[in-house]
Amino acid sequence: MRITQGTFSYLPDFTDEEITAQIEYALRNNWPLSVEFTDDPHPRNVYWEMWGLPMFDLHDAAGVLMEVNACREAYPRHYVKVNAYDATLGRQSTMLSFIVQRPPDEPGFRLERQEAADRQIRYTTHPYAADRPTGERYDGS
Amino acid sequence: MSSNSNSRGFGMTATPKAGQPAEPPAEPAPELLPADAQVDLTEVRRETGIDEVLDSLDRELVGLSPVKERIREVAALLLVDRTRARFGIDSPTPNLHMSFTGSPGTGKTTVAIRMADLLHRLGYLRRGHLVSVTRDDLVGQYVGHTAPKTKEVIKRAMGGVLFIDEAYYLYRQDNERDYGQESIEILLQVMENNRDDLVVILAGYADRMDEFFRSNPGMSSRIAHHIDFPEYTVDELDQIGRMMAEQLGYRFSEPALTALRQYLEHRKRQPRFANARSVRNAVERARLRQARRLMDGSAPRVGFDELTTLESEDLLASRVFSAAAEQDTMGNE
Ligand SMILES: Nc1ncnc2c1ncn2[C@@H]1O[C@H](COP(=O)(O)OP(=O)(O)OP(=O)(O)O)[C@@H](O)[C@H]1O
Ligand SMILES: [Mg+2]
Repeated sequence: MRITQGTFSYLPDFTDEEITAQIEYALRNNWPLSVEFTDDPHPRNVYWEMWGLPMFDLHDAAGVLMEVNACREAYPRHYVKVNAYDATLGRQSTMLSFIVQRPPDEPGFRLERQEAADRQIRYTTHPYAADRPTGERYDGS
Repeated sequence: MSSNSNSRGFGMTATPKAGQPAEPPAEPAPELLPADAQVDLTEVRRETGIDEVLDSLDRELVGLSPVKERIREVAALLLVDRTRARFGIDSPTPNLHMSFTGSPGTGKTTVAIRMADLLHRLGYLRRGHLVSVTRDDLVGQYVGHTAPKTKEVIKRAMGGVLFIDEAYYLYRQDNERDYGQESIEILLQVMENNRDDLVVILAGYADRMDEFFRSNPGMSSRIAHHIDFPEYTVDELDQIGRMMAEQLGYRFSEPALTALRQYLEHRKRQPRFANARSVRNAVERARLRQARRLMDGSAPRVGFDELTTLESEDLLASRVFSAAAEQDTMGNE
C-alpha cells in the first residue's frame, strides 16, 4: 500500500528535478528546510527523526538535495521527507512537507477492532512493518 | 507569500497555490545549430552582459592588470563553451577553482565578489553570491564537530562562490590530528564532485599559500587558476585614493594631492601597510579631520566647496608624517 502524506499526497512521487523545483520555491520564500526520516509511517507519528539540523541561509537547492541524498544513502529503506518552515509569524510553521523516498515494499496497515463495553467497537490502524523492531522494518523479507 | 486561513495538516489535500512551482520549468533546450551555422560572438557577449562586468572591473579597480587578464581569459573560455554547446559539442564543465595570493589589501576579496557575479552571468554559477569564511567557520572544536560545520558552509555557498580567506590556517603542520585536515578532505571531495554547484576560491599571502599547497598536493591539483595580486605602486595607490574620495563625494585640493602622494610614499615603507586598505583608512581619517576643521573653524559659513574639499592639512596631521620624520618604525595611518 503506497502511503501518502503531506502537501503533495495527491501526486505521484516526485523526480529529483521536481524535488529541486519545490526546494527552490521554498528558498525563494525564505523558508528554511529540513530533512527527516522514519520507519514508522503511522499517519499520527509526527516525530520523525531529524537528519541533521534545519538548514538556514541557503541560496540554492543543491545543498538540500545533497542532504536528501546523504539521508537516502544512510537509510535506503526508510521514509524520507523534506519540510519547509516559515518563521515570519514568530513561530515555526510548516509550509511544505513531502515524501522524497519510500521503502521498496510497503506492506500497509492492519485495521484492528477492539470490542469495548456495550458492544462498542474501537478502531485503530497498525502498520504491519511496526511489528518488527525499528531498524529491521522494510528489509524486504 | 500566500496566506491560508484554512488549516492544513499531513494527509490533507493542499490548496494547490502554496506548493506549485511558481515558475514554469526553464524553456525547453533550444534546437541545436547545424554544423555550417554561424554565431555572432558580439551578440553572445551582449546577451550575457559580461562586457558590463568587465568594463566596470576595468573602471573601478586600479591596476591589477595580470588579474584582469586572467578574468578575461576565463570569461572567453566560458563564452566559447556556451557557444560550442549550441552546436552540440559538449565539453565537461571546466574546473574554475582558484587561488588568490597577494599582500593584504590588494583587492582579493573585492575581485572574488566580481568573479562570482561574472560566473553567474556566464551561466557557470546558478546564483552568483559569495560566502566568505575563515578557519573558524569550517573547523570545529571537538570530535564530530568539523564535518557538519564544513558541510553547512558548503551548503550555504552552493550556487555561488566559497571564498576561504587565509586558507593555510586549515592545515597545521605540527599537529597531524588537527581537525582542519577533516575539513580539507570534505572540501576536496566537493571540489571534485560538485563543480557545477560551487566555485572555491582560496586566498592568502603568497608564501604561506605555496607552503600550504606543497603540503596538500590534492588541493593544489584541484585548483586550476593560481592568480597573483601584485603590490600597488605609489601611482596606483594615488589613483585609488582619488577614486575613493570621489566615491565618497570629496575631492583633494592641489596641495592636498601633493600631500597624499607624500603620505603614500611614507606609508608604503612603514609596517602594517595594507595597500588599498591603508588608502581607504587614510581617506576616512582625512574626512574626519576635515569635518573637525570645519566645525572648529573661525568661519561658520560653509559652501559646497568647503564641504567637499580635503585640504593638505587634513592629511599632513597624520602620524605617518611624524613617524617618518622620527624614522620611527612604529608607523600608523
Ligand atoms: N585596485 C583597486 N582599486 C580600487 N580599490 C581597491 C582596489 N583594490 C582594493 N581596493 C579597495 O581596498 C579595500 C581592500 O580590498 P580587499 O578587501 O579586496 O583586499 P584583500 O586583498 O581581500 O585584503 P586581505 O588580504 O587583507 O583580506 C577595499 O575597500 C577595496 O574596495
Ligand atoms: Mg580580504
